[in-house]
Amino acid sequence: MKRIYTLEDVCIGCHLCEVACITEHSQSKNPIKAFLHDAERQISRCTVEEWDGGIVSLSTTCRHCDEPDCLRACISGAIQKNDAGVVRIDTEQCVGCWSCVMACPYGAIQRNLAKKKANKCDLCPDRKSPACVDACPNRALIYQEGSQK
Amino acid sequence: MNYVIIGNSVAAVGAIRGIRSVDGEGNITVISRERHIAYGRPLISYLLGGLITEKRMAYLPEDFYSKHRVNLLLNAEVVGVDTGSGVVHLAAGDTISYDRLLIATGGDPFVPPIEGLAGKERVFTFTTWDDAAALKGISHDIDRVVVIGGGLIGLKAAEGLHLLGKRIAVVELADRVLSSAFDRSAGRIVAKKMKANGIDVLTEETVVRVEGEGGEITGVTLKSGDFVPCDTVIVAIGVRPAAGFLTGSTIEVNRGIVVDDTMETSARGIFAAGDVAEAREFFSGNKNPLPIWPDAYIQGDVAGVSMAGGAKSYSGGLAMNSIEFFKVSTISMGITNPTDPDSFEVLTYQDTENYQYRKIVIEDNFLVGAVLVGSVERAGILAGLIREKIDVSPFKERLLAHDFGFIHLPREIRNTLFAPMGKVA
Repeated sequence: MKRIYTLEDVCIGCHLCEVACITEHSQSKNPIKAFLHDAERQISRCTVEEWDGGIVSLSTTCRHCDEPDCLRACISGAIQKNDAGVVRIDTEQCVGCWSCVMACPYGAIQRNLAKKKANKCDLCPDRKSPACVDACPNRALIYQEGSQK
Repeated sequence: MNYVIIGNSVAAVGAIRGIRSVDGEGNITVISRERHIAYGRPLISYLLGGLITEKRMAYLPEDFYSKHRVNLLLNAEVVGVDTGSGVVHLAAGDTISYDRLLIATGGDPFVPPIEGLAGKERVFTFTTWDDAAALKGISHDIDRVVVIGGGLIGLKAAEGLHLLGKRIAVVELADRVLSSAFDRSAGRIVAKKMKANGIDVLTEETVVRVEGEGGEITGVTLKSGDFVPCDTVIVAIGVRPAAGFLTGSTIEVNRGIVVDDTMETSARGIFAAGDVAEAREFFSGNKNPLPIWPDAYIQGDVAGVSMAGGAKSYSGGLAMNSIEFFKVSTISMGITNPTDPDSFEVLTYQDTENYQYRKIVIEDNFLVGAVLVGSVERAGILAGLIREKIDVSPFKERLLAHDFGFIHLPREIRNTLFAPMGKVA
């Protein structure tokens, strides 16, 4: 399956992947509205990590594992892997127990504390390629066929 | 090939998927003593507390059993296994033959003999959907509850009842709640939160007598002599592997059903997984029952693949729990209470006022355990470091930081995880 890969050497730490992720998952799909005016502010599914004032940076995100630890830990069955291999979370079914947060070795599940729901990458089902990848100005995020490890 | 699975919870689900990943043809029969399809067992406290409706209890997509072509026998209890002729006996008298058998019956709540307990009507255990439904059914008539046992099950039952506005006292034998999964500091933080919510937490105490005439409960008398009034008692001391029906069979049962790294028991063709099994523990290699949800799934998966002739091996059970008590998030994993402090290095950060706590346990430069209370963000990164046996000495001080991440790890690890083909472009 196609996965998102990260090249830390060319990441400039601009956080545009996070902006694009929040915008794509917002109601308005408009960055200004998504950040300032929408009723609900989304949480980015990708996480930019920085070190030493940004000298080193990279965007981390879900690997859509072949044997997802999050799915195995999920007590409500909210996390399922679909036939295309995408690991998705059914937000309605999620009870916010954070077992997936405990289990995911990639740190790729976020907590929406206001709604008490877990949050994760869905590979942007409405797009040809994920919003974070399209937004990356230096092609530090690559979307291509490949293995998990 | 006839696969028979006794039990229908998470280990069985892992096994069904495991079998079907290798064998698309064989017959799979699942036998469950419960009347429900697979449900999120830990959700029973959410159901009791009214946080979710019954509709949310279903653990699987609706088409799961048909898609995996599973014959599901509900309300059917297995009373014996005849390993010689390869059949299981049901309570109703029927027999079902198997080529490969998986025992995934989980645990039975343990109810110790307590004076005055027998014959009382409102005594409950709290491990099944029906337990939660029974409690909820009479909840309008419940006023005060004594929960015997301050472990995970007892505290979740207490929380559910608290949400229904009941007055609760938790009686715990140890000097703190959550003594098996969490350490002293974390137990104290949770107890503090419980007390702030009006729940009585009585530690180093035990119930010596249940008081009341006939079937009615009026209270309990404690070891200290104190009397705690109540009308309902919940016994949540622990669970034991549900392997009683194997008495007299050739299958080796210690505390649980003893299995090897393919989850096969001492009897060929018979496997066990989940809370009923006694498999290898991650650190020591000793075999122990490990009643942990994610681990039950993994054991089920290994068993299913092995039963179907595939090659898969268990990497050892790693205890881990993520539980929220009264809106305080807690995650524990691995060794949280090192017995010999000389051979472990322990790092802690504590802010009890704000319900924040972080503990890191290191042995010989390897991370072996962690306790997180409050900020539990990205806790799984620590689980990954434990499982992969990464030398944490270059960055161990960082492990206490709330924003600990991959950026603090050696570059090779980051590249292996996020750019496995090297320079992808």
